[in-house]
Amino acid sequence: MKIHEYQGKEILRKFGVTTPRGVPCFSVDEAVKAAETLGGKVWVVKAQIHAGGRGKGGGVKVAKSLDEVRQYAGQILGMQLVTHQTGPEGQKVRRLLIEEGADIKKEYYVAALTDRATQKVAMMASSEGGMDIEEVAHSTPEKILKVFVDPATGLTDEQALYLSNGIGVPEGSTAQAVDTLKKLYTTYMETDASLAEINPLILEGNGTIKALDAKFNFDSNALYRHPEIVEFRDLDEEDADEIEASKFDLAYISLDGNIGCLVNGAGLAMATMDTIKLFGAEPANFLDVGGGATTEKVTEAFKIMLKNPKVKGILVNIFGGIMRCDTIATGVVTAAKEVHLSVPLVVRMKGTNEEIGKQILRDSGLPIIAADTMAEAAQKIVDAVK
Amino acid sequence: MSILINKDTKVITQGITGKTGQFHTEKCQEYANGKECFVAGVNPKKAGEKIFDIPIYASVKEAAAETGATVSVIYVPPAGAAAAIWEAVEADLDLAICITEGIPVRDMLEVRNKMKKKVAAGGKETLLLGPNCPGLITPEEIKIGIMPGHIHRKGRIGVVSRSGTLTYEAVAQLTEIGLGQSSAVGIGGDPINGLKHIDVMRMFNDDPDTDAVIMIGEIGGPDEAEAAQWCKANMKKPIVGFIAGVTAPAGKRMGHAGALISGGADTADAKLAIMEECGFTVTRNPSEMAKLLKAML
Repeated sequence: MKIHEYQGKEILRKFGVTTPRGVPCFSVDEAVKAAETLGGKVWVVKAQIHAGGRGKGGGVKVAKSLDEVRQYAGQILGMQLVTHQTGPEGQKVRRLLIEEGADIKKEYYVAALTDRATQKVAMMASSEGGMDIEEVAHSTPEKILKVFVDPATGLTDEQALYLSNGIGVPEGSTAQAVDTLKKLYTTYMETDASLAEINPLILEGNGTIKALDAKFNFDSNALYRHPEIVEFRDLDEEDADEIEASKFDLAYISLDGNIGCLVNGAGLAMATMDTIKLFGAEPANFLDVGGGATTEKVTEAFKIMLKNPKVKGILVNIFGGIMRCDTIATGVVTAAKEVHLSVPLVVRMKGTNEEIGKQILRDSGLPIIAADTMAEAAQKIVDAVK
Repeated sequence: MSILINKDTKVITQGITGKTGQFHTEKCQEYANGKECFVAGVNPKKAGEKIFDIPIYASVKEAAAETGATVSVIYVPPAGAAAAIWEAVEADLDLAICITEGIPVRDMLEVRNKMKKKVAAGGKETLLLGPNCPGLITPEEIKIGIMPGHIHRKGRIGVVSRSGTLTYEAVAQLTEIGLGQSSAVGIGGDPINGLKHIDVMRMFNDDPDTDAVIMIGEIGGPDEAEAAQWCKANMKKPIVGFIAGVTAPAGKRMGHAGALISGGADTADAKLAIMEECGFTVTRNPSEMAKLLKAML
């Protein structure tokens, strides 16, 4: 689960990391009032959307007067902000963060994330802050330093010092940088984050280290023990169909193609999508109905897929293990009738009671096309939508 | 022979009294030598009781001491699953198989590091399979986990995969064209897990009753590439490889920093390329995994 920058900073402050003072706002008037309250001469007006690259897309502006705050807030609020992470349609800006200006002397990058190979948390730091870190990793990988943390000890002083010195934090600010890194690690662990990134972490003219940005992602398996983080969820930032699907315990992701697919198991679902592509079409979605492909779940899955106007055909691929094929076939037939399915439907079922299942499909009176293998199913649906 | 388990393996079920644990324990008992294999259950509140004639003990240690069991299978719900794994490790079992899906990553990180420290300090190593996996099966001998038993046949092909239903797909294809399986192993889909592709490939390589292997992976993480490199140098048996997720969009599920730390090797295309380079017969058509393998024998 992702959250907004201002929420991320709220979490960081709770764990003792210094950030600029700021106020989240939902209207232009609120933004101007926030700037007045913050005081000072310079403010930053920042679009709050979950995607990165906001600055390049015109979603971050420095205002040097209250009039400019009003002007920029008006421009940014409600705009479709397009960044390399939003896709071409962009994301509507509904929230702003008004922040006091910062005296940036140097920008660094620091992040915590879980490293699968070492099975430890990796703390990363770079002198190249404020840039796209993927770009840095690609062109100058030697400028990214990493240490791997033993969960029993946490990030040690030596490790934090290695990172701080390695990215060139001046001596006078070392103690605060070390402290910030250790607090970032603690924040990461205590909140069950899967990514905690500060880009940039800045050095101010007076030597203060501050988190100028905050990007968090949280392990959805652990949200049950973090109601305070679940409260940060902003449904406006998520795909409406994916939210609808999650209510029925369906794992759904929208894609760009025109073949809807409904599969049990994440691996088989991806393999089915790949097979559709192999036969010359593109999948319209990823959809894993999980272990229990009941009539209710299949019906909801059909409804969600058919909301997408691009869908010209549906492929159902179910491996009936514990769940029997006759049960699945009944579910598919009932669901197809309930939603008055009008696009071609290819069903491939494998496993327990396969023959009975196929008979149910044949007897249904529906124009369901049966297939024996994934490849045959893909070929048939691709032909049917041509 | 087979890898990890056979008809003589004695198994403890942790979480035997829960709905999932009960359902699958009954299915496992019904499969092949299951009645002899599933000898104990664990639930501190129900010690002394029985379920399907299986005695329930207060702890894994006690269950192991009383029955001689060396393997446990875990159906404990996510919040307590990592602690259940650690209990199996502290009881010095040979193997713990964790079926549970949805365990917080931090819990897995902590228990995996504790397990490695125990071994480094000279303690007995307990292998972990999973979590979030279907388990493993040695056909016509023993099934530990949630896979449908009837699609399997005894034979000489090994199967290893991160995905449950995709493992069944490979197994069903093999059985259909007359190739049985020595063992089929689901290593699970979680980012922090126990046995990886490389570990299972090693075991299949050493197993005199395995002639060839189907290795199935998916997007994300460095495991398949690591296994492929190892196979290039060591594997003496033919391998068919498939990676699911050529069409999976970047940035979904995988945060960009996750992709950053493992380099560019965790897309399906990159993994397929490395596997091919390492001598695997790779396919982009998951319907022909078994057919390709048969052609190589």
